[in-house]
Amino acid sequence: MMILKVNGQDHSIEADPDTPLLYVLRDDLGLNAAKFGCGLGQCGSCTVIVDGRAVLSCVTPLVLLEGKQVTTLEGLGTIKAPAPIQRAFMEEQAAQCGYCIAGMVMRAQALLQKNSKPTDDEIRAELEPHLCRCGTHMRILRAVHRAVGLMDTADASSASQRRAQ
Amino acid sequence: MTKSQIIGSVLAALVIGGAAAAFAITWRPAIAAIDPPAPQSFDVDLVRRGRDLASIGNCSDCHTVRGGKGFAGGLPVPTPFGTVFSSNITPDAETGIGRWSEAAFRRAMRSGVDRAGEHLYPTFPYDHFTNVTDEDDRALYAYLMTRQPVHAPARDNQLSFPFDKRFVIAGWKLLYLRQGSYRPDNTQSAEWNRGAYLVEGLAHCGACHTPRNALGAERASAQFAGGDVDNWLAYAINSRSPSPVPWDADALFTYLRQGWHPDHGVARGPMAQVVSNLSSVPDSDVRAIAVHMASVFGAPSPERKRRGDEVLAQARSAAMQASASSGGGATQDSTTNTAGAPIYAAACATCHETGRPAPYGGINLRLSTGLFSPDPRNLANTVLFGIRAVEGERSPIMPGFAASMNDGQVAALLNYLRVRFGNQPPWTGVEKTVADARRTQAVFLQTSSGPRNAPTDATQRDKP
Repeated sequence: MMILKVNGQDHSIEADPDTPLLYVLRDDLGLNAAKFGCGLGQCGSCTVIVDGRAVLSCVTPLVLLEGKQVTTLEGLGTIKAPAPIQRAFMEEQAAQCGYCIAGMVMRAQALLQKNSKPTDDEIRAELEPHLCRCGTHMRILRAVHRAVGLMDTADASSASQRRAQ
Repeated sequence: MTKSQIIGSVLAALVIGGAAAAFAITWRPAIAAIDPPAPQSFDVDLVRRGRDLASIGNCSDCHTVRGGKGFAGGLPVPTPFGTVFSSNITPDAETGIGRWSEAAFRRAMRSGVDRAGEHLYPTFPYDHFTNVTDEDDRALYAYLMTRQPVHAPARDNQLSFPFDKRFVIAGWKLLYLRQGSYRPDNTQSAEWNRGAYLVEGLAHCGACHTPRNALGAERASAQFAGGDVDNWLAYAINSRSPSPVPWDADALFTYLRQGWHPDHGVARGPMAQVVSNLSSVPDSDVRAIAVHMASVFGAPSPERKRRGDEVLAQARSAAMQASASSGGGATQDSTTNTAGAPIYAAACATCHETGRPAPYGGINLRLSTGLFSPDPRNLANTVLFGIRAVEGERSPIMPGFAASMNDGQVAALLNYLRVRFGNQPPWTGVEKTVADARRTQAVFLQTSSGPRNAPTDATQRDKP
């Protein structure tokens, strides 16, 4: 048994140390935002934030998460009070089928936490590990730029945002 | 003064004195500046041949920075003596080589002297380029002079005294520059000789794969015995090759042509750029390099061949078992590295044990040269930063784990792999190697040019 810290809460997990984080999030904790895409760390749809850095949860075993803080999309905001990055994705209608979006949002969030004014090139380079079959890349890029603006406002200091850091 | 200081002063005086004498002997005058020739003045076929030669020479790798214009220079090249920045070799009149005549270009290639008569640092590998023929220099000149001119002033080198004085290079040349040393071997085939000419000359394979002495020159007595580049180990590519499966000409050809080989894995680090460039040159030249290098590796001993066959058989049967079982999950292991085993099972085995063919499935790690390497640098680099996809092309890919594993965890994983798949004793000091890799690769990935990877389809490469 180990204690896994997710979105600010401690969970006791009964699982082998080589269990991928993604399985625990979805199957044990019912946190279904992170998606199973390829299971090989090649598509990005399973991305969550661990101690401030974007991590592919499908290839991250529990044994690597001892004492670390995991943040999933559910930890950023709620339907009623979405985080700036979520609002930006909604306002730009960046999701089409939506399967890749949770991962895109999480990596964009991790980027903005360490670099509040990324250039377009930096955003493109950062999101490169993520695939989107629908082809909404241009909207996703616009959404990340919009989030930069939103985070400049008071929204940036919301409780959910602090937790992600 | 301490003893070492006195010795140091005497040495410095000798170096400077010797260099001054050498300078007197090796001094070269300026070659008159010309007006930049019009691109149309060059024959198209000559330019095309120059493009292939520039690819074989891997010129763009050092003379281009990430996100920068092609051949505009500015790449920091770390050396034991300080950092040298690559120069602008676009035909810009002010900051590039626009005012260089063909004679000036040929002199730079042959003897490492720029148009104004200044000695160039041997980070520009003229100890190899001196072997390039006049005809090939002409084609390279035509290619470079028809590139887009870019205004990009050279950056100042950051070298320690006395290496910041260019006349010191004159001494180095007297010691190590052997002009006209390459001779074809009449007992070998034309193809072998073509390969030798490319390997010893333009392709400058030894610049990375041959260890260097205290003054930064290749050690002739240890040719191709393995060298250092950008915190990667350029493996030995002679009889001391650590590869578990011996290389032959066919495997080398495939690897150099497509950037990976099912029995050896994927080219990465600085070699990725080399094969990326080689992917656009004619088959015949890549084949010639492969044929020549196969003879440098030499035929494996019966014992080495037997072990290679054994490893291959193990890897193939593991692949068949994996594709036969529905999940393709990790095989059970008998070793007891408690930290490394679960990391391998979740992070590595999903690709490396699925039996999916390379390059989209990872190779069976029994075949990994990195596990048999004298140190774990290359594995650390790969595990931390992965293998980046090439934009717009189908290519090998591996995620990096720098964000999810700390140095101790990567170290545990590497020694687990070393023991389980390499049957080798664990490396020592792995954690420090991983820390170094984390620091240095992060810098290289920001500065060095283009895709650090090889395309699988050569027809997708840029055309002139």
